[in-house]
Amino acid sequence: MTSEPIQTPRSFQEIILRLQAYWAAQGCAVLQPYDMEVGAGTFHPATTLRALGSKSWAAAYVQPSRLPTDGRYGENPNRLQHYYQFQVLIKPSPPDLQELYLGSLAAIGIDMAMHDIRFVEDDWESPTLGAWGLGWEVWCDGMEVSQFTYFQQVGGHDCAPVSGELTYGLERLAMYVLGVDHVMDMPYNDPQTPIALSYGDVFRQTEQEYSRWNFDVVDTDVLLRHFEEAEAECARILAADHIDPKTGKRIVMAHPAYDQCIKASHIFNLLDARGVISVTERQAYIGRVRTLAKACADAFVLTEAGGYVPEAAE
Amino acid sequence: MPDLLIELFSEEIPARMQAKACEDLKKRITDGLVDAGLTYASAAAFATPRRLALTVEGVLAESPTVKEERKGPKVGAPDKAIEGFLRGAGITRDALEERDTPKGAVYFATLTKPGRQAADIIAEVLEDVIRNFPWPKSMRWGAGSLRWVRPLHSILCILTDEAGANVVPIDIDGIRSGNTTRGHRFMAPDAFSVTSFDDYSAKLKRAHVVLEAAERADHIWHEATNMAFAQGLEVVEDRGLLAEVAGLVEWPVVLMGSIGDDFLGLPPEVLQTSMKEHQKFFSVRNPKTGRIEKFVTVANRETADTGATVLAGNQKVLSARLSDAKFFWENDLRAVAKDGLEGMSAPLANVTFHNKLGSQAERIARITALAREIAPAVGADPEEAALAATVAKADLSSEMVYEFPELQGIMGRYYAQKAGLSDAVADACRDHYSPLGPSDDVPSDPVSVTVALADKLDTLTGFWAIDEKPTGSKDPFALRRAALGVIRLILNNDLSLNIAEDLLSFFHDRLKVFLRDQGIRHDVIDACIAMPGNDDLALLVKRATALQAFLQTEDGTNLLQGFKRANNILTQAEDKDGVEYSFGADIKFAEEDAEKALFAALDDAEPKIATAMAAQDFEAAMSALAGLRGAVDGFFEAVQVNADNDLLRRNRLNLLSQIRKSCLSVADLTRVEG
Repeated sequence: MTSEPIQTPRSFQEIILRLQAYWAAQGCAVLQPYDMEVGAGTFHPATTLRALGSKSWAAAYVQPSRLPTDGRYGENPNRLQHYYQFQVLIKPSPPDLQELYLGSLAAIGIDMAMHDIRFVEDDWESPTLGAWGLGWEVWCDGMEVSQFTYFQQVGGHDCAPVSGELTYGLERLAMYVLGVDHVMDMPYNDPQTPIALSYGDVFRQTEQEYSRWNFDVVDTDVLLRHFEEAEAECARILAADHIDPKTGKRIVMAHPAYDQCIKASHIFNLLDARGVISVTERQAYIGRVRTLAKACADAFVLTEAGGYVPEAAE
Repeated sequence: MPDLLIELFSEEIPARMQAKACEDLKKRITDGLVDAGLTYASAAAFATPRRLALTVEGVLAESPTVKEERKGPKVGAPDKAIEGFLRGAGITRDALEERDTPKGAVYFATLTKPGRQAADIIAEVLEDVIRNFPWPKSMRWGAGSLRWVRPLHSILCILTDEAGANVVPIDIDGIRSGNTTRGHRFMAPDAFSVTSFDDYSAKLKRAHVVLEAAERADHIWHEATNMAFAQGLEVVEDRGLLAEVAGLVEWPVVLMGSIGDDFLGLPPEVLQTSMKEHQKFFSVRNPKTGRIEKFVTVANRETADTGATVLAGNQKVLSARLSDAKFFWENDLRAVAKDGLEGMSAPLANVTFHNKLGSQAERIARITALAREIAPAVGADPEEAALAATVAKADLSSEMVYEFPELQGIMGRYYAQKAGLSDAVADACRDHYSPLGPSDDVPSDPVSVTVALADKLDTLTGFWAIDEKPTGSKDPFALRRAALGVIRLILNNDLSLNIAEDLLSFFHDRLKVFLRDQGIRHDVIDACIAMPGNDDLALLVKRATALQAFLQTEDGTNLLQGFKRANNILTQAEDKDGVEYSFGADIKFAEEDAEKALFAALDDAEPKIATAMAAQDFEAAMSALAGLRGAVDGFFEAVQVNADNDLLRRNRLNLLSQIRKSCLSVADLTRVEG
């Protein structure tokens, strides 16, 4: 927590830039969004896979996230089918992670002396990733501004060391900091700038289009086929021999397999939004994605990035 | 004698776990001390969101020296045996003592276990308690393997006597004990040292931490009610919420805010639920109108603007939440206005209730048919009951209940009213889930009772039919609760309904639990369950109640003894003779006066009992039975049943059989203990 007064940011992007600068200063590698559709920042391999294994890690990034069921055609003040999360993952979790986190709130202009910040129990679980952790949702004056989790398990593997994960729901946090009531009214860039753009200028159009496509147009037969294909491809990749016949090197393909897992998970979300998955089927689909996630986790810990030490004999 | 102070300082402990953690800390530490010989005068434990603390006063400075005597080999035993004994006891030969015993001279050793310093014992006990603490859920953090509810940051552990305070040294995976702690996370974050419990709690208060949960809760409640009272309002009491909120703050600051005018038209339950579930706000009600008009929130700090920013933020979040609720409410009302509750319930055809029991719509159709059938027995109009059953679960597909499942039924009642349905039907929408728990109110309106019964009976017969019965502690479909609900609906409304055979023993088990809680003995219940007509639960309970009352009278206990004696003699004789003595006795073979008196008494009582039983008047039957007591006692006093004369003997056994028959017609007294 710094003692100099910090100016309130003026735009959505300024908040993102400040968070990136803050976490970069704390020693995180500032990554870029993963180039696939995901439901939450956790799905980025920089979190899911890197939380596994013994190697240290520190990363921060923005991740566009898609939740088709939350589409409201750009009309709801808070709900979007496409939104941004800011994600921080540090392994092992440092002892002062709470203080570091509070510092990030100060960095985006939240004055700790005037606001009521609280850590309220909220344990995190992702049935699709076979992952869980303990932590809190962080409240600022009664509003949830972040999720704070100590990962205990990912893909069925115990996390050792334990990663500390922070997830900021950027739109909600920014609306609060900027004092905006409707997300579409929020300044995206500096409102003083000649071409000032609001969040709505950038995203209203896409919210409408995707809401229509998600709910009513997407071809479910195609999606169902893609799901099966992704599932099969994931298994095929993981079944390949660890020794690449071309180079003769040991190359375990955890990441390409995990891409297929991400794909299956997102297709499931789309099918869910289309309302073609019954309650009982739902559990079965979640179970199938979890099986993929676990297999990818199993593969990742056999890679060098996952802490695998090649044996002399190999 | 020194006093012990322990504080385990961590990241935020979930509110719901704090009270139990206090108990566990106190019990485990004090048990550990006592087991190691350290007695103490008193102990108390405390929890805040960031700390567990324990004070133990008047601890022994060291554990007492203990002497132990060990019996060794006989004097003259082989050297090997003696050396083995010496090794085991850790002493030398010259410390042995010879003693004469009835079995000859034997070596004895007296071992002295010296007392240990309190600090050494405390360090061991504390480490053991920390490593094995029974958190409902615990975690690891960083690169370590220690588990705690959230990361543990520091351990304060001091022993204080007249000479001053000393740190009890302990190092748990790198966390070393000391004499310092910290105050409020934001208002007084610096470390400070303490010398005793009084010093600790006083300094904490200066550092904006109220150590005692009860004090925080009292403060919150006091402030909240005062603020409400000043405006002519009242806080809606919610003890669970109060305890939770007190576990979320170290320095409670109570703030009261307004609910926007736009939202005051929402049902009070919606306001209350939304504010409580999402925001942990207390509702503030206008006692004149019953409307929820304001809220109370509890912040964890003071601010320079006396909470204005905090309150404004909370108010804003609330507005966003209530906008959602209002949106759902208006959508639901529009749907009801357009297609009624039947329209609202249409999507339930696509919602699976259970994959072997069909959709919710199919379930509702079954409940409707059943409601129509049992309505007359409950005194409800069959058509009205059927209508109520058809729409009672319509709100399950409303937007509001999708968002707040706990409002099921409550919303149904509002929507039924808006749809213009009768009050009885609207109430049934809300009340047919009742009673949920053993102390929940039981509906009494016939339509509500009918639908409530039909709902529960359908659940029970359905899951019975697909063999999903509760086993042991597993009852995933809450069938025991459903059966208890049926029992209470029947008993409270004095209904005569017969339970299907395959469910009966399950109901009897539930009934036993229920009646035992009402103070009725299990053997009394068994004696009544063994009687015909046990599928009528109301009748069964009346019989049990009368029998229990009867057995509490002197006549009752004596008659029971008489019955048992008669039954024993008779059973033995019947076993021995291989016949059943049930021909009826003949008074002309009665010799003794007492015998004749018993004949007379039976002649008097038998028709009375029969009439009373036909009218299901158990009190009258029991009182007629009580009339036999004197004659039965007199008979056993004066008459020897097993007379030498076989004719007399058989007549007397037949007479006993008449006693048995009379008694057994009222209840199976063979099952009553005593």
